[in-house]
Amino acid sequence: MKNSKLNETLTFDCETGNYHTFCPISCVAWLYQKIEDSFFLVIGTKTCGYFLQNALGVMIFAEPRYAMAELEEADISAQLNDYKELKRLCLQIKQDRNPSVIVWIGTCTTEIIKMDLEGMAPKLEAEIQTPIVVARANGLDYAFTQGEDTVLSAMVQRCPSHSNVQKDQNLITEEQTNSSPNLENLGQKKKSFCDENSLVLFGSLPNNVATQLNLELERCGIKVSGWLPSQRYGDLPVLNENVYVCGINPFLSRTATTLMRRRKCKLISAPFPIGPDGTRAWLEKICSVFGVTPIGLVEREQQIWDSLQDYIALVRGKSVFFMGDNLLEISLARFLVRCGMIVYEIGIPYLDKRFQAAELDFLEKTCQELNVPMPRIVEKPDNYNQVQRIRELQPDLAITGMAHANPLEARGINTKWSVEFTFAQIHGFTNARDILELVTRPLRRNKALENLGWNQLVKI
Amino acid sequence: MKLAYWMYAGPAHIGTLRVASSFKNVHAIMHAPLGDDYFNVMRSMLERERDFTPVTASIVDRHVLARGSQEKVVDNITRKDKEENPDLIILTPTCTSSILQEDLQNFVNRASLDSKSDVILADVNHYRVNELQAADRTLEQIIRFYLEKAKAKNELIIKKTEKPSANIIGIFTLGFHNQHDCRELKRLLTDLGVEINEILPEGGSVTNIKKLPNAWFNLIPYREVGLMAANYLQSEFDMPYVAITPMGLLETENCIREIVNIIKGFNISYDFDFESYIDTQTRFISQAAWFSRSIDCQNLTGKKAVVFGDATHAASMTKILAREMGIRVVCSGTYCKHDADWFREQVDGFCDEVLITDDHTQVADMIARVEPAAIFGTQMERHIGKRLDIPCGVISAPVHIQNFPLGFRPFLGYEGTNQISDLVYNSFTLGMEDHLLEIFGGHDTKEVITKSLSTDSDLVWAPEALAELQRIPGFVRGKIKRNTEKFAREQNVNEITLEIMFAAKEAVGA
Repeated sequence: MKNSKLNETLTFDCETGNYHTFCPISCVAWLYQKIEDSFFLVIGTKTCGYFLQNALGVMIFAEPRYAMAELEEADISAQLNDYKELKRLCLQIKQDRNPSVIVWIGTCTTEIIKMDLEGMAPKLEAEIQTPIVVARANGLDYAFTQGEDTVLSAMVQRCPSHSNVQKDQNLITEEQTNSSPNLENLGQKKKSFCDENSLVLFGSLPNNVATQLNLELERCGIKVSGWLPSQRYGDLPVLNENVYVCGINPFLSRTATTLMRRRKCKLISAPFPIGPDGTRAWLEKICSVFGVTPIGLVEREQQIWDSLQDYIALVRGKSVFFMGDNLLEISLARFLVRCGMIVYEIGIPYLDKRFQAAELDFLEKTCQELNVPMPRIVEKPDNYNQVQRIRELQPDLAITGMAHANPLEARGINTKWSVEFTFAQIHGFTNARDILELVTRPLRRNKALENLGWNQLVKI
Repeated sequence: MKLAYWMYAGPAHIGTLRVASSFKNVHAIMHAPLGDDYFNVMRSMLERERDFTPVTASIVDRHVLARGSQEKVVDNITRKDKEENPDLIILTPTCTSSILQEDLQNFVNRASLDSKSDVILADVNHYRVNELQAADRTLEQIIRFYLEKAKAKNELIIKKTEKPSANIIGIFTLGFHNQHDCRELKRLLTDLGVEINEILPEGGSVTNIKKLPNAWFNLIPYREVGLMAANYLQSEFDMPYVAITPMGLLETENCIREIVNIIKGFNISYDFDFESYIDTQTRFISQAAWFSRSIDCQNLTGKKAVVFGDATHAASMTKILAREMGIRVVCSGTYCKHDADWFREQVDGFCDEVLITDDHTQVADMIARVEPAAIFGTQMERHIGKRLDIPCGVISAPVHIQNFPLGFRPFLGYEGTNQISDLVYNSFTLGMEDHLLEIFGGHDTKEVITKSLSTDSDLVWAPEALAELQRIPGFVRGKIKRNTEKFAREQNVNEITLEIMFAAKEAVGA
């Protein structure tokens, strides 16, 4: 087993897929907050509702803009008419919340009973005069963050293809916001409004992180013409064959495919802007596509690394094991290798080698440069086997789901809950520290308790 | 279809898993899609379990949809049999497998040929029963399975224990204060001179189930889980049971009397002076009786309260408030719709109205309408209370991690009465204190004399930076503002723009 640490190239394995992860419907939790005028309707059973209620805890009580359309026995046995039932619920939602878009989240149950959501949506949309987007984010096909992928790829279809209609409006708002810093950018901004070679970024990020990435690109002289998703449904970006698109998260492969195939957009394949190394590589790749030479990026990256020294001292030489559940694993592992950690295993639910190609190359290169063993990448991992491997390897840190965190801690293994990486702000130069804040937290905490002799808390 | 934001009782399989994982060395295999193993997270987080939750999923994916599970379920069962060597494996259907209509029983039959452990299929229908009903059913199913197995093998030797003894049935994982209640019940029974025969399912072993009939009677502390098993044991083995929840002084007394009656029914000389025991405990050991006579409690007289929760806790709480503390329960309710008749009968005469619903908006509307001084309910009612500014004591599941306290907090027995008195009193006084503060304008004058602690600010915040600042959660906003301003001063910048903000963050790691 330990030999696996000494590989020269990346090795890819695939196990049984018996692993713990969140159901992809969890994406409503962050997407309803991101798209401020949306309403998410999860069409599923009590099981789905119970998961959302418990996983999202406090948010439930904040009158969220999501709800369950809970299927009852009469729905399953087709004694009730799906269309009429959905119409009734959607009218109620329209009346109570008046959203700009209703997103239907299809679940395992709607798949199994073959409820034709895609067929019903356009009819109902015409009838109730509110756009209805259908995303099949079910546990039969997808894991956790891939839920966002299904929603975004459905939204791609709703993006306008010509800015003609909106152009004038946009120009006005553009003038208004031009009070911001560099006046010399103005020409550039105007230019990017011609439909040619505009850049649209895809992936849902908290607004301040999106602003940070916009600013980073602006420093390089590149204007971001839009984001998918946008803050409001009405502001979805223009997409056509002149548009370059670039992803900011590793789990968006379906959205990327849809952008290329359906909207003829040009995909920029880059590592993801996670960690200062990733951010720089991401910016450089975009710059190279637009024929811009970035100035001062190297220094900027170095500056960030310098500011991380106190945390890096804590992780250097330590080993880490990713059990895998949210598809951020490759990028995080690459960043942690750059920080001086040794990655034993990268578990990952699903690996799109084409969409993640640049990131995989970057990981390999990083390992070579730092002269550390290549990690083993395990797709569809088997948690039981992984726990056996963790026992054998005794990593300094296991990044794992909450189902395993407490039991591993009780056995003296430091753990960090992987879900936190999904909800924390980890993108761009500015947030590199937040990643290390998370990674080092168990190390710092356990350092404080080190001498108490309470590492093993189960009877063996 | 039903538009739902929140539910009181979970889906059926959760009940089955709770019972299964409460036993020692029992493994549950869910026939479920990826992500349905959320139960493991709940158990690991809420109960702070040190051990891996003995639940795995036999994943239903696209291939299973197309071709059926085929060997997968059987393989998963036999694999788990080898890896963990459990006594029993329970195949647990979910909503997904309910509609796939695969012949799970057939898988179970095949798997049990190859595995050393016993294998059974949990007999629950997702669309017919909820979490609590499923738990009740599964517990009965397991008990019945092992007693019938013992009978078939002629291993069932019923030999009543020499001294009076009891089984406690219905203590299980993720139950509201179940662990603490269990400890308190053991103490109570020991005081009465009753031995504990078996406790099920929590910490119990399925191999010990055949010893269940050796006890003189069964004690069923909670209405929701255990009654089916108790009825089965009564009809099959003629075992009497006590189903009075010993919550509150009067009900604890009733429970004790019932236990004594059963023991005396066995025609032995039982000379325990239970009358003096009840009297001493009530008047001197428990503080609750004294509390209800003290002037603190006098101040609560006639105050309005609303009670909502599972049938057991809501009914008991209603009776405690009305009978033992003189509080007026304006509305008492439960989400256990399947047990509505029992509930109505229990609270009859102790409250103004009864509400049976599992729709939390109805509960919220009722609370808003009657404006009680305090609420006793679940976590949902706690949040409703927060919104309406009404204090709430949590008395029933569904619960959060704070309802799994590390300290000893039973709700049952004599120590339980103390805990409940504290809970009630704290809820009301907090409300009272709040009210007084409002009337007298708080502890301190509200007006702040200067606008900020440092008045020398020469810094200007650009509108978009200010907007960004407003988006930062309140509890760290001040710190971020200070750090950013400090950074701006160091850089000799007068206007704080978005870029300065982010640069400051990078510089100080704020």
